[in-house]
Amino acid sequence: MKNQGVGASMLRKEDDRFLRGRGQYVADLRLPGMKDVAFVRSPLAHARIAGVRIPDEMRDRVYVAGDLKGVKPIVAVSGLAGFKVSEQPVLAFEKVRQVGELIAVCVGTSRAEAEDIAATVELDLDELPALHDMIEARKPGAALVHEHWGDNVFLETFVDVNMEAAYDAPIKVTREISTARQSMAPMEGRGTVAYWDKRLEQLVLHTGSQMPHIVRTGLAECLGLGQEQVRIVSPDVGGGFGYKGILLPEDICLAFLAMKLDHPVRWIEDRREHLTAGANCREHHYIITGYADRDGKLRGIECEATVDSGAYSSYPFSACLEAAQIASILPGPYDFPSYRCRTWSVSTNKCPILPYRGVARTGVCYALELVLDAIAREAGIEPHEVRLKNLVQPEQMPFDNITRKHFDSGDYPEALHRAMAAIDLAGIRARQQQGEPDGRLIGIGHSIYCEQGAHGTSVYAGWGIPMVPGHEQATARMTPDGGLEIRVGVHSHGQSMETTLPQVANEILGIDTAKIKLVHGDTEYTPYSTGSWGSRCAVMAGGAVATAAREVAGLAKGIGAHLLQADVADVKLVDGHVVGPHGSVSLETVAFTWYRRPQDLPASVDPRGLESTIGYKPVRDSGTFSYAAHAVVVAVDPEMGDIEILDYVIVEDGGKLINPMVVDGQIYGGLAQGIGTALYEEMNFDASGQPLASTFADYLLPGPTEVPAPRVDHMETLAPYTEFGVKGIGEGGAIAPPAAIGNAVNDALRRFGAELLHSPMTPRRVLEAIQAAKTASAASQVKQGEFA
Amino acid sequence: MKPVNFDYARPADVGAVLALLAEDGPSVKLMAGGQSLGPMLNMRLVQPDLLVDIAAIDELKQVTDKGDAIVFGACITHADIEDRRVPDVTHGALPRVANGIAYRAVRNRGTVGGSLTHADPSADWISMLSAVGARVTLRGPSGERTIAVEDYMLGALEADLRPGEMLVSATVPKLGRSARWGYYKSCRKTGEFAHAIGAFLADPDRGVCRVVIGATESRPIVVADASRLLGDGTAARLEQVFDSAAADEIVAAAGMEDPLDRQTHVVALRRAIERAHSA
Ligand SMILES: Cc1cc2nc3c(=O)[nH]c(=O)nc-3n(C[C@H](O)[C@H](O)[C@H](O)COP(=O)(O)OP(=O)(O)OC[C@H]3O[C@@H](n4cnc5c(N)ncnc54)[C@H](O)[C@@H]3O)c2cc1C
Repeated sequence: MKNQGVGASMLRKEDDRFLRGRGQYVADLRLPGMKDVAFVRSPLAHARIAGVRIPDEMRDRVYVAGDLKGVKPIVAVSGLAGFKVSEQPVLAFEKVRQVGELIAVCVGTSRAEAEDIAATVELDLDELPALHDMIEARKPGAALVHEHWGDNVFLETFVDVNMEAAYDAPIKVTREISTARQSMAPMEGRGTVAYWDKRLEQLVLHTGSQMPHIVRTGLAECLGLGQEQVRIVSPDVGGGFGYKGILLPEDICLAFLAMKLDHPVRWIEDRREHLTAGANCREHHYIITGYADRDGKLRGIECEATVDSGAYSSYPFSACLEAAQIASILPGPYDFPSYRCRTWSVSTNKCPILPYRGVARTGVCYALELVLDAIAREAGIEPHEVRLKNLVQPEQMPFDNITRKHFDSGDYPEALHRAMAAIDLAGIRARQQQGEPDGRLIGIGHSIYCEQGAHGTSVYAGWGIPMVPGHEQATARMTPDGGLEIRVGVHSHGQSMETTLPQVANEILGIDTAKIKLVHGDTEYTPYSTGSWGSRCAVMAGGAVATAAREVAGLAKGIGAHLLQADVADVKLVDGHVVGPHGSVSLETVAFTWYRRPQDLPASVDPRGLESTIGYKPVRDSGTFSYAAHAVVVAVDPEMGDIEILDYVIVEDGGKLINPMVVDGQIYGGLAQGIGTALYEEMNFDASGQPLASTFADYLLPGPTEVPAPRVDHMETLAPYTEFGVKGIGEGGAIAPPAAIGNAVNDALRRFGAELLHSPMTPRRVLEAIQAAKTASAASQVKQGEFA
Repeated sequence: MKPVNFDYARPADVGAVLALLAEDGPSVKLMAGGQSLGPMLNMRLVQPDLLVDIAAIDELKQVTDKGDAIVFGACITHADIEDRRVPDVTHGALPRVANGIAYRAVRNRGTVGGSLTHADPSADWISMLSAVGARVTLRGPSGERTIAVEDYMLGALEADLRPGEMLVSATVPKLGRSARWGYYKSCRKTGEFAHAIGAFLADPDRGVCRVVIGATESRPIVVADASRLLGDGTAARLEQVFDSAAADEIVAAAGMEDPLDRQTHVVALRRAIERAHSA
């Protein structure tokens, strides 16, 4: 048999159906009698609801807050001291706090008819001052999103480690840096089909979800149902990136209607709803200072970071995760002695900010890495020299950094060396000296990050949010013909788990992956799990599958030994066969015997059969640390402001790669999103809190011609605490690009003394930065003239 | 985002379309390729009672050679021009511009008539057809009239379409042998609408030297006599005679106040001139 185990670059099992257009998504589901819903959403960012008028003839087709008897609001608390609790109503009453907030739900025979009905509902809203700027919202006297709080701060955190010791550093560089609000934009938006199963007395929700079990828990709690009365089925998921882990008010509305009405109901999110009402993320603001010695050695980092968390704390990650994480991850992969960081999660009249691939890391990487380059320019040395002076060294591993993050393994300087060699720093510097025939300016930049993945109980218990991952469980069960079923509670939304988890089982049992079936995406059939998030599936579900497969291997050896008339201590499992001193028996025969010829087994046979459900945790659950160095060459058009990526290199260390091709795929996808953050994607709002991008004509995503083919190099430093040495890598591709590209652009614009500090780096912002630098240098020349 | 309920008609000829347009009462919307109208219907920015699909009308797909010009029907698609099913009389100008519109899927359906009538300032045809001196013919209850392309566009998303009228054809003059043209558009990604467009045509045989600056807030800026910018249009390297400062003045006089916007538009024009194509 061809190698199909851990480390094999197998073609994906799921591709056959996806490439033939045979994927099954929520919107593909057709149930008898199913009706469509459309929502009446708030057109204003902040208003008091004075009245909702429903025409009499529509009264039985429209439901408002008052109809939702017994339905609780969505509450996602954090246990962090001082966290202020928001209640996200399922349908708004008294007040609306964001454009797009649900006010009424309308049921029609088609979506178009439901929209017709929605258009007959009249809203009487008294507009209130809206908060669209998180820095303004933090100030005393600002309008209040949640009046009883007294201010607009969900949570403020503060950490200080000997900051003052750095204040005498000869280099001190302060920058105001920010990343735009974005929308997550998976190809498939959200969608839910719900009905009440009368026979099973169960609410069934088909919804593309990364975290079906968490949605079940949250939904049951809001509806006051027992969890056995709720079943979540997550079919194929067309991308999630975090958005499909969230419990939405829409889901609860659909569930409520399913219980109230005698037919299934369906909501398929459209792109306008997606962009304006739901899937926002990323908006960070930093005032950050780097202190360093003349040789670039970091003395300390001081930072004030603000995150626009939007109107509500969303379930289950809460409004604190993004900003509070900034404080703990800002130091990145660097070793320095002094640190201070204050963070604010601020409530505004925008939709809740949700965790998006990379979560806080993309913003943190952008802020820190831009400052490191600014330090390099100040010190007059190459940026990578500054990094080499400060990166954690391989001989320090495992290493606890200044915020007590436990770096498990790795050689960060080596990744950087390889990246600089591949991108040809010397060659690019020479090319810059010559200049380009077309007048464009070449810039080279890089960035490094670390990605904590699969962090578990010890980390999440501290956040005190509704969800804390414990042991990850899997079931492995042989079938009567010698195949294997694997059941896991995580769900694939593009991670290729139908391929990689069978590879893990194959590694241990030797069963052909064609005969290994992954069962996932249904709470009815799978063990409880917090689901797919935080780069955890390969580590946690992979570890659980390995553990369960090992149990099954032991059980199979017991039966095989009996059939071989050997002592179990004398048999081994080799290539799908139980091999004894005098012969071997295939797993097919072992399975056939257990299921179909039990008469051949002794009374003492292990009654667990050929099945195991068991939990797994790494030896330490503080998370795996994968990392990468990204290096990029850009050409900037100083007249038009356009930026073109000429070359892109990624050197990544993901520990043991279960399937290197799948890892590359994750990196490519992440890179595309990182380029979106760097150059294109931006959710703008006007002063009244109106979102300005409601279609993809206004919200630009990179397309195939905007994403270069990166050159990817892998290091494989095994993780010391996990099965096979696997590290989580799902998010990394999206973390480093804005920083690397930003540094490259600033390198290109160095001759003007211009710097870009806000992403996306649009043509307009490039031209403005050049113009501002020219104006400043003209002003300083005038000044020098005055004193001459 | 689903359209309101509407009726649908697919008449066989222009006369039948005009009859439907003449009817009192229902609000009627013509649909050609549907590439702009489709999204507007879905977003309910347009809520017609009757949608009249004109894409299958033979007359609107015809191409006629008039000797000094070529006339093609309103429903000729961008792809028809790109693939030269419409004979090229512009030294490659129109096929080249067609090739740069959106993506192939859009070009297969989107029509010249629809693009001009939709009147998006950042669209390609309004700028390039103005540069080559094209005219459009409208037919309505009181007969036909033919006007310059640039006059058909009244402002952003507003065409000079009188009640009961439709656009039936466009007329593109054949360029002289020594004619040169250039086109440059600045957009952030493939298939995105332009943020600045520059176009020029220097056709000394016919005494034409025109310049167009497009993707403005409204109608493109058409300089029918570009001698102030390009002299008599015969210089071997036109970019050497091009007067950027004069172009900036023209753009400013047209009401473009933002200096960076003016910069990108003037640069777009300069690059169009630098990239001059000839026969
Ligand atoms: C993703 C995407 C990207 C695009 N990118 C570009 C681009 O880069 N450059 C560019 O120039 N365009 C671009 N477009 C627009 C595209 O070129 C459309 O084809 C064009 O705007 C409309 O042509 P249509 O035939 O589809 O018209 P329709 O959408 O059918 O109609 C548009 C309007 O014109 C009216 N109309 C149509 N035909 C007539 C007629 N004969 N007489 C009177 N009224 C008429 C309709 O009633 C309607 O109001 C893009 C479109 C999309 C969807």
